[in-house]
Amino acid sequence: MSIARDAKGLVQGMAQGLMAKAVALAPDNWVPGGVPDPLIGHQHGHLGRAVSRIDGPLKVSGTARFAAEFPMEGMVFAAIVFSTIAKGRIASLDAAHALAAEGVVEVMTYRNAPRLSPPPAFMSNPKAAGGDSLPVMQDDQVHWNGQPVAVVLAQTQEQADYAASLVEVAYESAPAVTAFDKARPGARPAMFMGQPLHDEKGKAEAALQAAAVRIDATYRTPRHNHNAIELHAVTVAWQDDVLRIRDASQLVSHTAWSLGQMFGITEDKVVVTSPYVGGGFGGKCMWQHHVLASAAAQLCGRPVRLVLSREGVYRLVGGRSLTEQQVSLGADADGRLKALIHKGLTAKTPSNVMPEPFILAARSAYDAETIELDVHTVELDLLANTFMRAPGESVGTFALESAMDELAEALNIDPIELRIRNEPEADPLNGLPFSSRRIVDAWHTGAQAFGWEQRSPVPANRREGEWLIGMGCAKGTYPYYRMPGGAARLTLTPKGASVGIAAHEMGMGTATAQVQVTAERLGLPIEAVDFEYGDSTLPGTVLAGGSQQTAAIGAAVIAAHRLLIKELLEIVGNDSPLAGLKPDDVACRDAGLCKRDEPERHETYASILARAGQDSIEVTGEGPPPLELMHWSMHSHAAMFCEVRVNAITGEPRVSRFLGSFDCGRILNPKTATSQFRGGIIMGLGLALMEETQIDERNGRVMNPSLSEYHIPVHMDVPDIDVIWTDIPDPHTPMGARGIGEIGITGTAAAVANAIYNATGKRVRDLPITLDKLL
Amino acid sequence: MSIVVNGAPAELPSDPRVSLLDFLRDRLHLHGTKKGCDQGACGACTVLADGERILSCLALAVQYDGHSITTIEGIGSATDLHPLQQAFIEHDGFQCGYCTPGQICSAIGMADEMRRGIPSHVTDDLNAADIPFRREELRERMSGNLCRCGAHNGIIDAIATTFAPLPEPETEAAA
Repeated sequence: MSIARDAKGLVQGMAQGLMAKAVALAPDNWVPGGVPDPLIGHQHGHLGRAVSRIDGPLKVSGTARFAAEFPMEGMVFAAIVFSTIAKGRIASLDAAHALAAEGVVEVMTYRNAPRLSPPPAFMSNPKAAGGDSLPVMQDDQVHWNGQPVAVVLAQTQEQADYAASLVEVAYESAPAVTAFDKARPGARPAMFMGQPLHDEKGKAEAALQAAAVRIDATYRTPRHNHNAIELHAVTVAWQDDVLRIRDASQLVSHTAWSLGQMFGITEDKVVVTSPYVGGGFGGKCMWQHHVLASAAAQLCGRPVRLVLSREGVYRLVGGRSLTEQQVSLGADADGRLKALIHKGLTAKTPSNVMPEPFILAARSAYDAETIELDVHTVELDLLANTFMRAPGESVGTFALESAMDELAEALNIDPIELRIRNEPEADPLNGLPFSSRRIVDAWHTGAQAFGWEQRSPVPANRREGEWLIGMGCAKGTYPYYRMPGGAARLTLTPKGASVGIAAHEMGMGTATAQVQVTAERLGLPIEAVDFEYGDSTLPGTVLAGGSQQTAAIGAAVIAAHRLLIKELLEIVGNDSPLAGLKPDDVACRDAGLCKRDEPERHETYASILARAGQDSIEVTGEGPPPLELMHWSMHSHAAMFCEVRVNAITGEPRVSRFLGSFDCGRILNPKTATSQFRGGIIMGLGLALMEETQIDERNGRVMNPSLSEYHIPVHMDVPDIDVIWTDIPDPHTPMGARGIGEIGITGTAAAVANAIYNATGKRVRDLPITLDKLL
Repeated sequence: MSIVVNGAPAELPSDPRVSLLDFLRDRLHLHGTKKGCDQGACGACTVLADGERILSCLALAVQYDGHSITTIEGIGSATDLHPLQQAFIEHDGFQCGYCTPGQICSAIGMADEMRRGIPSHVTDDLNAADIPFRREELRERMSGNLCRCGAHNGIIDAIATTFAPLPEPETEAAA
């Protein structure tokens, strides 16, 4: 089945390849972004202003309502029983004691669960949301250690939790592959989004052997979990054949469609709402808890609240997979790259389509004469892995940018200078022009702001008391994405405007930034604009992922705005100062329309509507297909600078200073953007120094399923982090902006590792860099 | 048995297994107190019990018979914010907002501990009556409140400006 799927993906990939060639050669103005968004030219309006979050008062007062916070009449609470073997079948399952316990309403197992189709796995369909494609509680088969085998429903959470401990399950184990090393012989080429994770330019191996200076090393990164502080939760009710889900989601429309597929109902019979999400990072997509709660609510005929325990999140919601990456760099004596080879191995499961694509950053990073990139993957009998903040780039830049640091030292060239010398003029692999690439500016301003000139090029050269001090840098990068499916409803009334789109606010500042953008586009004050989101009944299928939401919403609102102008001009009538004007003739200002080159020819929206006798105008626009991605090479970059102190006696590493210098197009809101950048960097500090999901390779069980044993950065681990940016608009994106949610985590781990090398002379190539590796 | 929550008396649950956290959330529908781990590892459930910060997930509701609990709802409302809540907005001391009520309750309890001269691991003078609100001191004392969005800098800024209007310049070392 997976071979057939890969073949189908390959055919799609080839078709995309042909299409890409045609789009690459098309004239600019045929392509979205070919004509710059007029907002790029707006210098003194709402864009670029440090507006505080519009949902701030609700969040700081605890009144923002999250998924588990909707009480319902007759609601029951759920608790899950997890399998304790990696593979095999349920030999016996006795729920009698649980059913007899006080307050228990029902125990759902594969025997009595409603019959469901398997979940559509993410990327198997544009609207698919599932973490994997495995049937959910439909048979006695066990596919991973921690798979739900029973759901207990009771009047209170305490009753459900206790009764879950009374469910008796015996298993018949089957041979399982749970150890990475044992799976190696089965490694095969990895496919990602229908295309092989493999690129070649020239004969890299030969060029490497002929190069004057060579670096060749293997880097390893472990598994990670997202660990949003909000536990995954749903409150579910079937009301008149409509499945209503209060969710914590970064893809409400995808989830509605996917659950509809599973339950055999149309997507409009599934309403998923998610106004607030307590952190996502790739983890708040559709997993079994959605399905189990919906099925349980159907089975017992009552609303169900299912809040995963923290352990439950680790058992049920996949994280980032591990990688083993080999980077070989060959350069001439001046540091010009003759060969860049980045290849290696990751692990996925038989039931998902997500190999950690760690070569993505290397595709456009450097102007190497020859390039060879490859990802192979093995399949393990574990919980499906998934995307986590900057899948690919986060861990890929650790390897690539550590190797660049090693090369700089071998060449005795400053690491920043080495990178600048290898800046490409055009995309190194596909030859496309860059839409905007100002990383060199970011390097210069960053180096100056950080005080890079104080770094000793000689490692282990600076000591204060017990502490060895060092500095390192690395390049971060993340592409501009815009996925198909963006659509937005724009409603104009005499009082203002409202945008409705099935998008998400997980703390990125989306709602605040989009209110600013829409107010600017319509010439309205911020207070006159509403942003409706987090509801699958709104237009659009918009993933809050791939740092693409801002662009997807932006392009959809541009389309809706165009329709709105057209409709307004159709109703202005002959008495209006705007009479006879065409959409291209007008602009929005001061709560109305004016002639573009004659601003005093103006009429307010309220006046236009009143004259036409209308209370409102409502239009829905769809963003065009994202062909700009095939016409330009579109990427953001960051120059990351780190200072560490490593205790010479204990080996303890502490990050004492960090600066990120970003080139991400135009920054829409400096306050919320700063938080996004810092947030990514801080997760990168965790990646560098402490984070690891540990698996018992004998039985495939996560060994540290808790926030006590999986360490994330705490206040004491986080120094003041400086963030600066070029603020140079990308002329080919909506608002001139590129996404900023993920780039912060890229490059960060390498900057830390490189600083630790500079401090100690010890090169650690296995994350996390814990103190035992520095003793 | 009764407990006072945000100044109002409430009946304690008959089931002794109910944690203070679940009591607040599921019985009183005071959802501002958050559940992030239910095992004392994340701090999202921090509330004030007779003014002291505690983890409500590690407390049984019945243990607090006769005590007074303050949750985020008792600190300030969306239309009448406590200065620290206002400072969190001003300094962008949150993104998703889920850990925020716990951070705010914890910081209020922490400030009181400092005023009472209770030293921390990074306090230089263990006998000092007046412990300065250094950023490192705040970081150490707030480290039981996890934030995954990475709003740490904004949180410390908000706390520092609220409780120590004139903080020293940032010159600390990681040691």
